[in-house]
Amino acid sequence: MERDSTRGYVFVTVGTTSFDALVRIADSRACREALLSRGYSSVVFQIGRGSYIPQKSTGDEDSLKTNYFTFAPSLADFIKNAALIISHAGSGSIFEALRAGRPLVVVANDALMDNHQMELAEELAESKYLFCASPGTLVNTITTMDLSSLIRYPASTPLAVVQALDQFLGFSNQ
Amino acid sequence: MKMEVQWLLWTVFSILVFRFAFALWSTGRALAPCLSKRPFCTLIVLGSGGHTAEMLDLVSMLNHERYSPRCYVAALTDNMSLSKAQRLEESFIPQAAANHKARYLQIYRSREVGQSYLTSMVTTTIGMAHGLWIVFRIRPDIILCNGPGTCLPICIAGFLLKILSFKWVVMVYIESIARVRKLSLTGLLLYKLCLMDQFFVQWPKLKNKFPRAQYVDRLM
Repeated sequence: MERDSTRGYVFVTVGTTSFDALVRIADSRACREALLSRGYSSVVFQIGRGSYIPQKSTGDEDSLKTNYFTFAPSLADFIKNAALIISHAGSGSIFEALRAGRPLVVVANDALMDNHQMELAEELAESKYLFCASPGTLVNTITTMDLSSLIRYPASTPLAVVQALDQFLGFSNQ
Repeated sequence: MKMEVQWLLWTVFSILVFRFAFALWSTGRALAPCLSKRPFCTLIVLGSGGHTAEMLDLVSMLNHERYSPRCYVAALTDNMSLSKAQRLEESFIPQAAANHKARYLQIYRSREVGQSYLTSMVTTTIGMAHGLWIVFRIRPDIILCNGPGTCLPICIAGFLLKILSFKWVVMVYIESIARVRKLSLTGLLLYKLCLMDQFFVQWPKLKNKFPRAQYVDRLM
């Protein structure tokens, strides 16, 4: 996975949730500087139901070009073309990014009561499919991450469950 | 008179105990081939957000002629799940959908997040009663669920239907892909109660911890 500084952008997504802590830290000066230092030149925020609005910017030599939106019918195009994705820990968003093969940093929302989302993020991070961070450690993660250490997420066979079910019910599979 | 009533009650009780034992023993055994020549009326339980997305993903992969007619159940306070299901159904091949129209039902939620335990006892009873009403009315051949609290009354009702009638309801649980090392509370309960005919997990670690579960790869 190459570090992509001339094409693409950083895509920050919170799915259908409200995750102001992530948007706020990603929009912070420290984070912007970290992204710039890693060679990224622009960032797109998908802020969902959040209330924190990032600063739009056309970008110049020293700053990140910034844009944002709340929702879109499909995030597929944004994900497909991103050089880096910083996402909340929802399984839908995680797997969409992984299947597209884009480098991914997952940020779990520690304000959520039952943070079982961390289980999934940690497991995938352990297998080196993505990086894991909290809003407090995001800047450090961006600064120190080694994208070449990431492994491509292997395609699963979703039909396996369906086939197992069909077999149990006695349907013959063509 | 009293003796006869007592005798009758004992007989009914014995039959129920026998049916209960039989249902437990038969749970998980593959269906006899003769039962699978016809389509299966499928009850699909939808929870909020991620649960709905995962379940609808699964439904889109099923053979739509075999698992038909489909009935979707979501909590009364869940605004989005049923309309998402409707959009999915509309995207299927029109002729398959026309033969068996999908249905959309709402169930009283047993307990809202943060609700006090005292009032929860009342609402849980109502939720359970409503679950019984729905399941006994629809009489599904198969119940599909993946973890929201909404599925507990439905699954218990499904199991009661097995005991109290000769309807064999296949109960299938697919734990969410987000559950890697621990089962959800609903999943744990259903696993311990041995109610499900098929209990799928999506991570090998869970299969190791819960040997009666099935692991056949992830859905995503």
